[in-house]
Amino acid sequence: MSLDKETVKNIAFLARIKTPEEELDHLAKELSNILGWVEQLGEVDTEGVDPMTGAAGAALPRRLDVVNDGGDRESVLANAPERDGGFFAVPKVIE
Amino acid sequence: MTYLIEGETGDWEVVIGLEVHAQIVSKAKLFSGSATDFGAEPNTQVSLVDAAMPGMLPVVNEHCIEQAVRTGLGLKAKINLNSAFDRKNYFYADLPQGYQISQLYHPIVGEGKVTLDFKDGQTREIGIERLHIEQDAGKSLHDQDPKRTFVDLNRSGVGLMEIVSKPDMRSPEEAAAYVTKLRAILRYLGTCDGEMSEGSMRADVNVSVRKVGETGLRTRAEVKNVNSIRFLQQAIEHEAERQVEVYESGGQVVQETRLFDASTGETRPMRAKEHAHDYRYFPDPDLPPLELTEEYVAEIKKNLPELPDEKKKRFISEYGLSAYDAGVLVAEKENAEYFEAVAKGGGGKGRDAKLAANWVTANLFGALNAKDLSITESPVPAENLGSLIDLITGETISGRMAKEVFEEMMETGKAPGAIVEEKGLKQITDVSAIEAAIDEIIAGNLGQVEQFKSGNEKVIGWFVGQVMKATQGKANPQMVNELLRKKLAG
Repeated sequence: MSLDKETVKNIAFLARIKTPEEELDHLAKELSNILGWVEQLGEVDTEGVDPMTGAAGAALPRRLDVVNDGGDRESVLANAPERDGGFFAVPKVIE
Repeated sequence: MTYLIEGETGDWEVVIGLEVHAQIVSKAKLFSGSATDFGAEPNTQVSLVDAAMPGMLPVVNEHCIEQAVRTGLGLKAKINLNSAFDRKNYFYADLPQGYQISQLYHPIVGEGKVTLDFKDGQTREIGIERLHIEQDAGKSLHDQDPKRTFVDLNRSGVGLMEIVSKPDMRSPEEAAAYVTKLRAILRYLGTCDGEMSEGSMRADVNVSVRKVGETGLRTRAEVKNVNSIRFLQQAIEHEAERQVEVYESGGQVVQETRLFDASTGETRPMRAKEHAHDYRYFPDPDLPPLELTEEYVAEIKKNLPELPDEKKKRFISEYGLSAYDAGVLVAEKENAEYFEAVAKGGGGKGRDAKLAANWVTANLFGALNAKDLSITESPVPAENLGSLIDLITGETISGRMAKEVFEEMMETGKAPGAIVEEKGLKQITDVSAIEAAIDEIIAGNLGQVEQFKSGNEKVIGWFVGQVMKATQGKANPQMVNELLRKKLAG
């Protein structure tokens, strides 16, 4: 599978990565190569083999239902470009 | 109760599926240790995980998993012992991560069902497609400032269950009954508080229409922002009619997301976002798969509370209630508990259950409605209503007096015994006292006595009235009747 310029442009937009027009051809080629490599992995017969989800085979760690965090608004808002009355203030979002 | 829309080209039926987002009852969030309480000061219940600071890692709250499994069991659904978390990617101001952790490919709960009961005794089964766990987003306030949106992340990361129904509903009423029943089940289970006004239960509705007789499904529109059961019905009615008009004027319904506007009762398309549905899901690399054991599920199942359907059956068999009364009582967990406290009380002997059900459903609910109070705010606690019923069955007061006492109880919150004492309402059941009253009436009204003796049965009613009047309504009416007949005949 190979990606065309328009698809790369769309992916970049969805990921909010600013991509200059002149880089698109190059990126399309690089991404296509990566996809080609992943597709090659698909050639291995994995019938009846459980998916490997990690190298360590770790179980999902869990926490108890205990409140032991939060209550530190100053830290949370410390990097906010703008704030108002304890809220983050951002340019108006419609819908 | 078929719901059809009469169009110019024939009758149309509506096909409805619902996605209900139910906030999980937990102290802490789904992947962090910050609190979930509603109504806290903005951004005070936010951990650095919820604010998506770099390097922060999610660790799942085991109680949220248990709650989801409990809900799945309550919906008679298949529990998937292997499930996994995925990232749903999109950008929005109240989603600091830039993605929502959800479960697209491997949800924790599979197919189940909810049974709806209707007033006419009919039941209908609505299929559940799946239930998965996901994070809630923060809250955006658009109306506080003309140029800015305010963002509060207190809700960011709170655990949600998204419960997806099959497209099994065919009328706004069925959709309303489904949400009502689902809400009751969740509240019985204690897995969601069901407060739609606080946003802890929200519904997105998928609506499509088709000609009666068609078997395939036509294109659907998803209506968002429906936050009450009344609005849900309105949104479906409006959306179905809109689609019929589109088809009948030669157009095609497009698959889109629409917003319900409560002020107009209409739906309108959301501002077109061409890329909106490209969420680029992929397995969350921070979270290994969630594995459960049969034993774990069995343990939760063992401790499930009695659910509305089972409770209704038991109320019918144990207390001899009608299906209708039982249904009314179990619809809200608190109502069922109140009724049982009344019916089972009385020093362990239990009370006349039908009488108890009548007092709860007719008198108490009516009075609470009039005062716009919920049952937990009732000025009359179950013990007091029980005592009132004891006073009736013990013939201390008549049914008519009881209504008077009940009104006073609603007003003052006093116990019935105290009110009866205060107002001197005690019913007279002392034979000699009643006889004395009767003798006096008879002695003063020999004409009416003659009428009775010559066969005018009706005059007995007049006598009863006189005796009741003479005793200020306190004489036991049944005794008055019996004693009068004996005296007049003698």
